Amino acid sequence: MLNTIRLLALTGVLLLAAGPFRPVEAQNLPRPRFENENIYGFVLFDVFEAAPGLEGSPLAWDMLASIGKEYDRFWIKSDGDLSTSQRGGEMEFQALYSRLIAPYWELQAGARFDVAYSGEQTRRRGHLVVGLEGLAPYWFELEPALFISQDGDVSASLTGSYDLFVTQRLILQPRLDAVAAVQEVETWGVGKGLNSVGLSLRLRYELAREFAPYLGLSWSRLFGGTGDLARAEGEDTRTFGLVFGLRWWH
Amino acid sequence: MNNKLTLETAPLSRRTFLHQAAAFGLLAGFQHLLPVYARPLTGGLTPPAAGSRPPTVYDLTIAETGLRFGGRHASATTINGTVPGPLLRFREGEEVVLKVTNRLKEDTSIHWHGLLVPFNMDGVPGVSFPGIRPGETFTYRFALRQSGTYWYHSHSGLQEQMGVYGPIIVDPAGEDPVSYDREHVVVLSDWTFEDPHRVLRKLRKMPGYYNLQRQTLLGLHRGEDLSLRDRLRWGRMRMDATDLADVTGETYTYLMNGLAPEDNWTALFRPGERVRLRFINAGAGSFFDVRIPGLPLTIVQADGQNVQPVTVDEFRIGIAETYDVIVEPREDQAYTLFAESMDRSGYARGTLAPREGLQAPVPEQRRRPARSMADMGMDHGNMQGMDHGNMQGMDHGNMQGMDHGNMQGMDHEGHGMQMGAMAGLAPPGAIPPDLPHGEDTHGPGNAAIPMMTRSRLHEPGIGLGNEGRRVLVYTDLKSMEPTIDMPPPTREIELHLTGNMERYMWSIDGKAYSEAPEPVRIEKGERVRITFVNDTMMEHPMHLHGMWMMLENGHFPHLPRKHTLIVKPAERLSVLVVPDETGPWAFHCHILYHMDMGMFRVVEVTEPATAEVSR
Repeated sequence: MLNTIRLLALTGVLLLAAGPFRPVEAQNLPRPRFENENIYGFVLFDVFEAAPGLEGSPLAWDMLASIGKEYDRFWIKSDGDLSTSQRGGEMEFQALYSRLIAPYWELQAGARFDVAYSGEQTRRRGHLVVGLEGLAPYWFELEPALFISQDGDVSASLTGSYDLFVTQRLILQPRLDAVAAVQEVETWGVGKGLNSVGLSLRLRYELAREFAPYLGLSWSRLFGGTGDLARAEGEDTRTFGLVFGLRWWH
Repeated sequence: MNNKLTLETAPLSRRTFLHQAAAFGLLAGFQHLLPVYARPLTGGLTPPAAGSRPPTVYDLTIAETGLRFGGRHASATTINGTVPGPLLRFREGEEVVLKVTNRLKEDTSIHWHGLLVPFNMDGVPGVSFPGIRPGETFTYRFALRQSGTYWYHSHSGLQEQMGVYGPIIVDPAGEDPVSYDREHVVVLSDWTFEDPHRVLRKLRKMPGYYNLQRQTLLGLHRGEDLSLRDRLRWGRMRMDATDLADVTGETYTYLMNGLAPEDNWTALFRPGERVRLRFINAGAGSFFDVRIPGLPLTIVQADGQNVQPVTVDEFRIGIAETYDVIVEPREDQAYTLFAESMDRSGYARGTLAPREGLQAPVPEQRRRPARSMADMGMDHGNMQGMDHGNMQGMDHGNMQGMDHGNMQGMDHEGHGMQMGAMAGLAPPGAIPPDLPHGEDTHGPGNAAIPMMTRSRLHEPGIGLGNEGRRVLVYTDLKSMEPTIDMPPPTREIELHLTGNMERYMWSIDGKAYSEAPEPVRIEKGERVRITFVNDTMMEHPMHLHGMWMMLENGHFPHLPRKHTLIVKPAERLSVLVVPDETGPWAFHCHILYHMDMGMFRVVEVTEPATAEVSR
């Protein structure tokens, strides 16, 4: 009796597992596969420019590369500038895992590596990063991020930009970069509070969607303790100048 | 039988032939290979004589072929060497054998769009059969259970975009209720000289890549498109009011029977004839708005099924839909067949002419319309919505909806009490009520949630109906034959068409097929109402394989039977299905790139669990 019940139960479970009737021929087909299951890569140099009027005539970039599918992607971000007239520059590299958490927002977490050098000195440090990347109402591209350095120093950054279509191919992009820190980190010229604000305006012409030369104006200012540290080093706390470059992606 | 044709123009003289070969820049060796219907100058089709038996065995070979579109060289994927492929002309009741040989380096398949066939003949790799491997021949064999205009195309990868499609005509076993003196097939499609995989990669990286009709600052200054206030409202939603097509005339050349507009496909007629035009939208990504300036268009068939004739000046044909149209040109003059893409970025064009060498002016292209708040499911009574819905559409759609739909509803309430009322389902044919969107927002794969979802069957669609032209609306469609034996549905399945345009994600209920491979199950003989709710800001042409969708447009028992339906933004649209063939069937958006991003499901028709449930 018990065995019969067991047998019936097992049969029931098997039937449930097999699901309702399905024609035999169709059962062993690999299911259809579509493009969304394939990974794709993307590289964008949003900023890739020269600023001959600024101190050190720097070359600057702000780029991202990502690979993955729609929900999960691996990102590389980098930005920085290199002087062309003297030995000096700063650059950041980030490696992030990115997850789509809302229609317009990706949550990103990973590591950041900084290199800065001037003259014979080279400094390096690492951070842990958590941030968001996405599109705010009114089409603002926003990228807020929080950093904890290897020494426990906490800082935050916000990058925002907007694409204003003047014509179908002529696009004006205002852009904001702001950095703030919780602790002073003297070796990196970082003061407490708001460190810096950069505002820029770039007018690009999309010869192709992927390839757009641009001209722009870039302004930046260092604040508070950060400004004081810069002045102590004999550096300007304000910069303003013309930039020209190429925005491109693939 | 009224369709005896005089076709003295059909065989091309050598002189005409050479003349055309030169005029159209075609290779002389290629011209004679073209199917008769698609020749640059054609007298029309030769229907099989009454009582004759058309061929029932066909060989179709899929291969790469060098072709020209608009004088430019292209490498297409062809059926028997041409784009579109040959016309397959069957007779209702016959059994046909189609041997499809794959000469490509990748798998292929052919799906018979709109034909009711056993599931294993339906041609969807991974659903109906494994696909056709390189070098192999697959033999399709099925009986024709229906008549009308249909088409066939590859269901593998993006081959449909590369040219793998062609027309099907199934002549009725008995007398054709539609009388005509001459007939032409008009296959509309879109061609890109780019590799379509590259097109899709671009869309994944930048969904607005091909939109060169955005709203601009210059346009605002000139007073074009939306006001600043409205633009800000759209901006707040992160939605683009100019997103009408993913792939546009920026890369597309729009084709009529495989010919670019400048190649001017020309169909002959004699003044006074009743000419039947069988329109098929074989595009991969383009809706067309079709008109023939100077000629009223009498729609006699939709998706291969006869409908009560309705005369319009223009109609929108969704991807994969077909419409048969009767025109009666009386003047000894040429008329332009004008099929403008919905986003107005280009057009396909041909000519109806009494003789060779004539052409009529090509209409000026209209301005790209902008989407309204109605497309977002905002403000039901919104003025713009009213404007767009247009008076004509309102009168017609709503009045008829009232008369027929509600009356019918009354009549059938008795039935409803007995059977459907338990589930609280509306009687068959009723237009769905306006309903706010539910709580479920379908996750990160779905960006837009319409506040109110409602029927838009009486609206001609974006950019149409404001020019004094009579435009076809879905509430105009009434099947010729009534479906009398149609008790109320016993179950309703609600499916949301979803997407995230910012990331080029397209899905159903927020999930791509890969995330939701479980089939939607329906029992054979079960009467199911499928309600589509379009959460996105784009029109989706939804195609269900293996069974008719009876569109609930208020005209029961004359609900039109459709294989593909345009669902407008923020629309709630319902259909009745009563599957009679078991097996797994594909169900998907027929925008090829949406399907390839996973806007796809399998509907599995199973044997009824018990006899009691089935009846």
